[in-house]
Amino acid sequence: MKTFRYTTVYIVLATLLVVLFLCNIIAGSAGLTVGEVLSAFTGGADEAVSAIVLDIRLPRALAALILGGILAVSGFLLQTFFDNPIAGPYVLGISSGAKLMVAIAMITALSRGIYMNSFFMILAAFIGSLLTMAIVLLVSLRVKNMALLVVCGVMIGYICSAITEFMVTFADDSNIVNLHNWSLGSFSGINDDNVKVMAVIAGIALIATLFLSKPIGAYQAGELYAKNVGVNVKLLRFLLIIFSSLMSAVVTAFAGPVSFVGIAVPHIVKRLLKTVNPFVMITACFLGGAVFCLFSDLFARLVFAPTEVSISSVTSVFGAPVVLFVMLERRRSYE
Amino acid sequence: MSNPKGISIEGLSAGYGKKTIIKDIDLSVATGEIVVLAGPNGSGKSTLIKAIAREIAYSGKISLGDKDLQDIGREELSRRLSIMMTERRSPEYMTVKEIVAMGRYPYTGSFGRLRDEDKKVIGEAIDLTEISDIADSEFACLSDGQKQRVLLARAIAQEPEVLVLDEPASYLDIKYRLLLISALKRIAKEKKPAILVSMHELSDVKILADKVCTIGDGRIQKTGRPNEVLTDDYVKELYDISEELWGQTLI
Repeated sequence: MKTFRYTTVYIVLATLLVVLFLCNIIAGSAGLTVGEVLSAFTGGADEAVSAIVLDIRLPRALAALILGGILAVSGFLLQTFFDNPIAGPYVLGISSGAKLMVAIAMITALSRGIYMNSFFMILAAFIGSLLTMAIVLLVSLRVKNMALLVVCGVMIGYICSAITEFMVTFADDSNIVNLHNWSLGSFSGINDDNVKVMAVIAGIALIATLFLSKPIGAYQAGELYAKNVGVNVKLLRFLLIIFSSLMSAVVTAFAGPVSFVGIAVPHIVKRLLKTVNPFVMITACFLGGAVFCLFSDLFARLVFAPTEVSISSVTSVFGAPVVLFVMLERRRSYE
Repeated sequence: MSNPKGISIEGLSAGYGKKTIIKDIDLSVATGEIVVLAGPNGSGKSTLIKAIAREIAYSGKISLGDKDLQDIGREELSRRLSIMMTERRSPEYMTVKEIVAMGRYPYTGSFGRLRDEDKKVIGEAIDLTEISDIADSEFACLSDGQKQRVLLARAIAQEPEVLVLDEPASYLDIKYRLLLISALKRIAKEKKPAILVSMHELSDVKILADKVCTIGDGRIQKTGRPNEVLTDDYVKELYDISEELWGQTLI
């Protein structure tokens, strides 16, 4: 019975993933026909068409797929860690912390004429994530209430965003325009090399978390229990922090902060699968996050075309209601 | 009591920070034996259990079989000692069977896939605790009394030599307390682990315990058969109950 449910959900998600991925490559403001797009892959298209398809749309769609996927997994890991269904990299301020650190690094580098490559962007974002995570952890020692912890995280996020805004406003460089777009969240401007880097890091992080699925399962039943069955709880907690921060850092480094995916996707996926089994959840969250972000990016590009809205506006519109729903539902179950 | 397996505790002292809660505890539980810890709130029963769980630092010696607890690695310990704490988190959507299966954690491979042998042990644990009628129900939807027996099944699915339970019968009504007690007795008889339980209800202690250890002021006060130890006079003394109060409640 459960296997049937899992298989159905996987097939539906995989189908949606393929369909949306193709839509992202075919549809766009340049108004290319399906034939033109296909010819870009077979090498028969003219230069302009193949540049649009292979250098702009393909990397962007791949980025939405990979980053969306790991963002949802990052959210799942944080929810497990805090035993809190509304924890996620965005609401806990971790994305904003990563954003601030990337902004600092970019402005410093730009002012000295240094080019920031993908690796340094990720490194800066990772440091920012870990620093914010450290603050959130300190707060969580005092705050046991799940909603209050999120309020604290949102505040930390606001502070980081505000400082980023200050820095962007007062830094004088023409490139800052890019920085401004990026700080609102967007999958645009991603190139081939970026995609390779994110694919490698995302792949490693994803496989590593899959290998943690057994101890995560025990941890879900309680910390003391996990200890009793032989889990090295300290190590597990450390790894959960490292991998969730790394995954959200990769997202922030390339796409800026993307809101609510980390909460909405794990929740929807859990509802569909009716399980919390970590192996199933991690793989399905990746698929679900990819689908959600491919859809959101398509929406962001096309609905108000030629104007493009930020990816976070779209993910908020669809994701925030889910978070609200989770909170209200939880409250009801306590009453 | 010279059975080499089971658990033995010698000269144990433990507490929190600098404050010592329990002092000079000597206690042993042989295989197949049920020893109940009884005593007033705050007397140190939970502290003793936390020391055995290696949750808090202690001085003195705790041995499983003839091996010092400190010399046993995490993995080996998880196959030999199972502890059922009062902490209870109910993961969503998990069935009773899945919860019991978690007890096989120390025995399964890196992705936790259950082998036939694991399934057999899980089935036995479910039978012993008499929860086969709810085996496919969702754990989070059960009553407290049912949950406790499921968690007990999970604990014995670990196939431990020593089973330690912290107040498993608290908050349960009499039917569920009796069901829990009968499950524990069956486990002791058939699986022969050494069982150490802390309990409040003295009438329960009398039907469950092979041996009772009373703890007061952080020390072991008396050890022996429950009917010999738990006399009215002694209970009054242990719990510091005045003659007046005792008299009132008897009316």
